[in-house]
Amino acid sequence: MSALSRDDVAHLAGLARIDLSDAELDRMVGELGVILESVAKVQEVAAQDIEPMSHPLPLTNVTRPDEVRPSLGAEAALAGAPAQEQQRFSVPRILAED
Amino acid sequence: MATAVTEDVVDYDEALERYDPVMGLEVHVELNTATKMFCGCATEFGAEPNSQVCPVCLGLPGALPVVNAKAVESAIRIGLALSCQIAPWCRFARKNYFYPDMPKNFQTSQYDEPIAFEGHLDVEVPAAIGDGTEIFRVEIERAHMEEDTGKSLHVGGATGRIHGAEYSLVDYNRAGIPLIEIVTKPLTGAGKRAPEVAKAYVAALRDLLRALGVSDVKMEQGSLRCDANVSLRPRAAAGSEQETVPLGTRTETKNVNSLRSVERAVRYEISRQAAVLDRGDRVTQETRHWHEDTGVTTSGREKSDAEDYRYFPEPDLVPVAPTPETVERLRATLPEPPSQRRRRLQQDWGYSDLEMRDVMNAGAVELIEETVAAGATPAAARKWWTGELARRANAEGRAVEDFGVTPAHIAELDGLVRSGRLNDSMARQVLDGVVAGEGGPTEVADARGLELVQDDGALEAAVDKVIAANADVAQKVRDGKVQAAGALIGQVMKELRGQADAGRARELILAKLG
Amino acid sequence: MNSDITRSSAAELAHALDSREVSSVEVVQAHLDRIAAVDADVHAYLHVDAQGALEAAREVDQRRAAGEELHVLAGVPIAVKDVMVTKGMPTTCGSKILQGWMPPYDSTVVARLRATGMPMLGKTNMDEFAMGSSTEHSAYGPTHNPWDLSRIPGGSGGGSSAVVAAYEAPLAIGTDTGGSIRQPAAVTGTVGVKPTYGGVSRYGLVALASSLDQAGPVTRTVLDAALLHSVIGGHDPMDSTSIDAPVPAVVEAARRAEVRGLRVGIIKELGGQGYQAGVQARFEESVQLLQDAGAEVVEVSCPSFDYALAAYYLILPSEASSNLAKFDAMRYGLRVLPEGVRDPSAEEVMAATRDAGFGDEVKRRIILGTYALSSGYYDAYYGQAQKVRRLIADDFVTAFGQADVLLSPTSPTTAFKLGDKLDDPMSMYLQDVATIPANLAGVPGMSLPSGLADEDGLPTGIQILAPATQDQRLYGVGAALEKMLTERWGGPLLSRAPELTAKGA
Ligand SMILES: [Mg+2]
Ligand SMILES: [Zn+2]
Repeated sequence: MSALSRDDVAHLAGLARIDLSDAELDRMVGELGVILESVAKVQEVAAQDIEPMSHPLPLTNVTRPDEVRPSLGAEAALAGAPAQEQQRFSVPRILAED
Repeated sequence: MATAVTEDVVDYDEALERYDPVMGLEVHVELNTATKMFCGCATEFGAEPNSQVCPVCLGLPGALPVVNAKAVESAIRIGLALSCQIAPWCRFARKNYFYPDMPKNFQTSQYDEPIAFEGHLDVEVPAAIGDGTEIFRVEIERAHMEEDTGKSLHVGGATGRIHGAEYSLVDYNRAGIPLIEIVTKPLTGAGKRAPEVAKAYVAALRDLLRALGVSDVKMEQGSLRCDANVSLRPRAAAGSEQETVPLGTRTETKNVNSLRSVERAVRYEISRQAAVLDRGDRVTQETRHWHEDTGVTTSGREKSDAEDYRYFPEPDLVPVAPTPETVERLRATLPEPPSQRRRRLQQDWGYSDLEMRDVMNAGAVELIEETVAAGATPAAARKWWTGELARRANAEGRAVEDFGVTPAHIAELDGLVRSGRLNDSMARQVLDGVVAGEGGPTEVADARGLELVQDDGALEAAVDKVIAANADVAQKVRDGKVQAAGALIGQVMKELRGQADAGRARELILAKLG
Repeated sequence: MNSDITRSSAAELAHALDSREVSSVEVVQAHLDRIAAVDADVHAYLHVDAQGALEAAREVDQRRAAGEELHVLAGVPIAVKDVMVTKGMPTTCGSKILQGWMPPYDSTVVARLRATGMPMLGKTNMDEFAMGSSTEHSAYGPTHNPWDLSRIPGGSGGGSSAVVAAYEAPLAIGTDTGGSIRQPAAVTGTVGVKPTYGGVSRYGLVALASSLDQAGPVTRTVLDAALLHSVIGGHDPMDSTSIDAPVPAVVEAARRAEVRGLRVGIIKELGGQGYQAGVQARFEESVQLLQDAGAEVVEVSCPSFDYALAAYYLILPSEASSNLAKFDAMRYGLRVLPEGVRDPSAEEVMAATRDAGFGDEVKRRIILGTYALSSGYYDAYYGQAQKVRRLIADDFVTAFGQADVLLSPTSPTTAFKLGDKLDDPMSMYLQDVATIPANLAGVPGMSLPSGLADEDGLPTGIQILAPATQDQRLYGVGAALEKMLTERWGGPLLSRAPELTAKGA
């Protein structure tokens, strides 16, 4: 376990798309260090032979039939949009093609 | 803007002398389910923007996904048709990255637990030597379920392309449509035929998916999309195994949206990467975009370690665990495998290997099958579809399907020929009328007054007239020069404006001069 | 009964409505008046929908007058935590990033409340996106504890616990990811239940951590909680993790209130050191009462609970980092343009909006979760936390082999002063040390008042836990204990809370 550096936190903030200010970054490095130290306790538990648990209940195969349900309608869908045009969501220019 | 710098390329054959291409093909196929992968929204193509959306596929706060049962069945059937193993237990995972056309900013996909894995698809390619064909086995790594993204319209700038656009307009109708991603293992050993193998694979996959009835497989509408990974490695030194040479850096070419493009894009990347390597440079690991118009690929996003999708099991969905009974029930619904079907049809129709190959190349198997079912002879069906219509399609640069001629039309036309109403050249005229939209074959023949003269009286009168007018030729026939009868037949046909049965005319002439 | 209306339990109101002693409009109006009188001081509501509530009340009154068969809770008003989407009422999750957002759909819980004819008074305050244990992380200012306005009402659902404790609503909906229903109940002297995971639909509950979140009742009595539980519980095809079975017989269990012969397990790891003396003392008294009533008390050990907090603070931030990615300024909510950037890109607008729109605690947890899931660290953090989760579930299985229900104090302390733990995230996190294991394992839990701590005179809570899908056991034990304690106190604990003056009005 290595402590998080300021660069690490900046990288993570980039991945999480949060434009942290310098002051926020400085503060976050310290706070995350303390928290990480504490949560690293999970590593004390031996790893072998324990099935990771992702769901609290052992359900499987929950599906729905392929039947059409009414959609919201474009007007309701777009009602909360910060900007719209031509019945579409208007978003700032996208840098990279995916 | 996007058609940036022209890059150096090496002549294809030269490139192959020095390098061995390795490919990986990722095909995304949109299922033709009535509803989306995780919600009940309709999936119709071309609907009004944002008219087929709900809280789930818009990624609204609080909304939750529920898996489409039909999509899972389709995924399993695809897996089985590709001879894959079906996972007895698998999960969905979240692939986290930010992109405006992805409403939740994660794609619900499958990661290390795909529903189908370890399969193969045999594709037929022209043999390296000689006229025959050869089977190339493409190993399938996995087929997994995921969801499609929305679609952006880029406004401002040059051509509606992303670069230089001022802003974008997003329609989420496509967001959440079920996708099956089919990934091959690295394809090695195709050598020079790599581009052909790539094309043949996508074509075979398309035929298989169509036969399964799980997708519209329309590349031009994006319901079948191909990404081609290509890398080059140096040719092994004489006496050592090519497989021992490590793989090179690969590029991933996106936006390859026709069969022809698959072949061209792979070929281009081989030539381009060879030039890079020849210069002593390294191939950059990146996404590249194929440009149909210019026939080149251009650099897109660089794939770096910074790209961290932070996959984890989707907590809003529970595992998919198809029982053996379910899998067997679905296996029973599989259509006959395309290769087996091909062999059966060839036998039923009595075609030679060469004839069958022509039919395959023309993509006319289904058309012929339907035409025969509608009552035509296999020989006539083949003749019309791969002969006359294919010739016209070629000449006009159109697809055979675009003429508006149906298998029922061809069967009707063949019926008119076989009943003796039409001869071949008249039948071709009738076909002209059908293509021109004048109606069905009988309708066209009626309207154009095309009908063989059936009445022996009229034919006899014409024969007598021609013999009388060509006494010298008639004498030659009487003297035993039977070939000379051809000239007389021609005259008779002319006399009757082509609407005579040439065989019957010959019979009559020979009888009278016999 | 006007002055008594707001003091009545939901069951009492239901009875009064049924016998036409009072109309739903009167009940709703009495609560609106109470809100107007005290909420300026308590600040438990983010939005009050007087008109909508009165309209719904009028409709129920008409249906009743027409002789229609109505649900027992029809006409009884309720407050809803602002993390549940509501058509026609803004839903903010206590965050600036959703300020003014009007959802185009109702959550399943809200749809069921409407179908039952329960007027919705408004939306209650909460820690931003339910991250916190004090409601101080609300972007709209903290809620104050009705017992002492300088103290926290618990969190994240401090608004829901406070409206019930301050008689601003007889019932409220809370959500509980690591204790956000139970800890607020404990520190405000109210009842809160986190049902079995999957017992109440999560459709329309804005997700914090999908595998942990569960909505449930916030009330003043155990019977009221049972009545509300049976309204909101049950299968929902819109939630893949919803249990496809009838709601457990919670109302019957609450009415029976029987503990004779029941095996009650005291969890060794939850109590003693680290727990405030008054909290521990009231807990032990409650255990003694149950024993006197014929329950068999045993001690059980859940050794992996020592790792629960660590596992929780990896699983929650991981899931949250992904769940909160959708708040990106593209389709709804806040859009902030970065300063000093000409012609900003979508990426830049997303990052600027998320920086401006999220509070510190949210950002902290998103970054933490992003780290725990990132390649190279996944196995050591998220993967390892999921293994701990399994061990905790296994501990529960073992413990429930020895006891029918398990008990512990709900929260290690009584309500602390506003501001006391704001600069120390870890000590804030410790508030939920006893409630978190139930969320990790998916088992149901209830908190009910156990008394007042001697040292500060503030409410303390006792937690009851039952095996998954056996929610009715909580109600049987809870109602029995509530009855004995109320007798001992000579009335409900809340009647000892200081009167709130109407100075804010
Ligand atoms: Mg994919
Ligand atoms: Zn939808």
